[in-house]
Amino acid sequence: MAKRIGVLALQGDFAAHTTVLRDLGAEVREVRVPADLEGLDGLIIPGGESTTMTLGIEREGLAEPLRAFVQDGGAVLGTCAGMIMLDRAHLGLADWTCRRNAFGRQVRSFEADLTLPGIAGDPVRAVFIRAPWVESHGDGVEVLAEVEGHVVAARQDRMLAVSFHPELTGESRIHAAWLQTI
Amino acid sequence: MRDEATFRVKAGLAEMLKGGVIMDVVTPEEAKVAEDAGAVAVMALERVPSDIRRDGGVARMSDPAMIRGIQEAVTIPVMAKARIGHIAEAQVLEALEVDYVDESEVLTPADEANHIDKWGYRIPFVCGATNLGEALRRIGEGAAMIRSKGEAGTGDIVEAVRHMRRIGSEIRALTVMDDAQLATAAKEHAAPLELVRAVARDGRLPVVLFSAGGIATPADASLMMQLGAEGVFVGSGIFKSEDPAARGRAIVEATTHFADAERVARASEGLGTAMASLEARKLEAGQLLAGRGW
Repeated sequence: MAKRIGVLALQGDFAAHTTVLRDLGAEVREVRVPADLEGLDGLIIPGGESTTMTLGIEREGLAEPLRAFVQDGGAVLGTCAGMIMLDRAHLGLADWTCRRNAFGRQVRSFEADLTLPGIAGDPVRAVFIRAPWVESHGDGVEVLAEVEGHVVAARQDRMLAVSFHPELTGESRIHAAWLQTI
Repeated sequence: MRDEATFRVKAGLAEMLKGGVIMDVVTPEEAKVAEDAGAVAVMALERVPSDIRRDGGVARMSDPAMIRGIQEAVTIPVMAKARIGHIAEAQVLEALEVDYVDESEVLTPADEANHIDKWGYRIPFVCGATNLGEALRRIGEGAAMIRSKGEAGTGDIVEAVRHMRRIGSEIRALTVMDDAQLATAAKEHAAPLELVRAVARDGRLPVVLFSAGGIATPADASLMMQLGAEGVFVGSGIFKSEDPAARGRAIVEATTHFADAERVARASEGLGTAMASLEARKLEAGQLLAGRGW
């Protein structure tokens, strides 16, 4: 049976995730209000502006339902702003703290090749847009990748987060590996 | 090996702004109000379009001190406008590390024949367009984001609708053409053939398309999103209204829930008076901004 995956669609590049997920055979639903979380196996929190997304989560009363979703065993993949949304200062689900726009303003945005555990073949071409990194984290967090000594991919329990954008480069291996765990 | 300033990185920031509202601001205080209302970015400029219309004179890039003040006031991306063809203003904005330059018809053009060669910059550019050919010429020059122009500073949505509808129908027409027809279409649109082919294949522009010029209400934002905009710019519509914070929040909400009329209705309640408006069709040719750029 196809896995039912939600993509938080308050703002950001949610449509790019939707395309990747559909190509991988998942049943996809855009999530804008709490009722949209009903019956989902997994959720993606996409890239976008974390300030706008935080205000949107507040306006829609989504913070508690999102926490309940994860605490009830729902899997989450966060990219860029999604990594921030999961952290201690935002939804408080992951035991990490992000530094926003950590690499600098847009002029410092970049792409680089990255090797990730569990992703076979060529390195992932990772696009970092005004990207965050994980500034500090607890013992339960597994660091999956670093750039210049900064954590850009991490996993804890059922949460996987990367500070770059696999959804923008035609890269589907990270989504596929995540779907395998659900 | 890390590569900065690639086209993918430039166009990628626009991908992150999708589904959002970019608000014109002229002071750090306004920028903060915009950020708190949920703007995905702010556009720093000297005067909002309705004031440029009222006061006349040459409209230029903002004072760099003002732009720096805005950059310090907010953490969301800061964009700023340069005059069409004004390479030195664009260089200054690059030196300031703004996140996007808007080469904008709202300011007085500096070059009547040439737009800026945008490939030569490390920061990305957004440009206005009234039709598909204009959009593809700008992308050919290196623009990493397009906005339909509308008629800025009027509060009249009619020109924004005209431009979005035209771009949309011209895109759809390409998708059913064969290779010979695409070559002719490229000539007719005065656009690079490879970009015409890409649009025909994908059924969309190769970069993110926002809508601008005349958006004054939550329903206006919903309208433009329903016509295919991937987000909206609001200029005078917010800070020239009675209650900018409430109107800003409402337009953000209506942009997210553009397909849900009940949400747009709720967002539209009790916002006070909208900006003072001008009917675009009653403007004289010399007062129209959308015709600037070629």
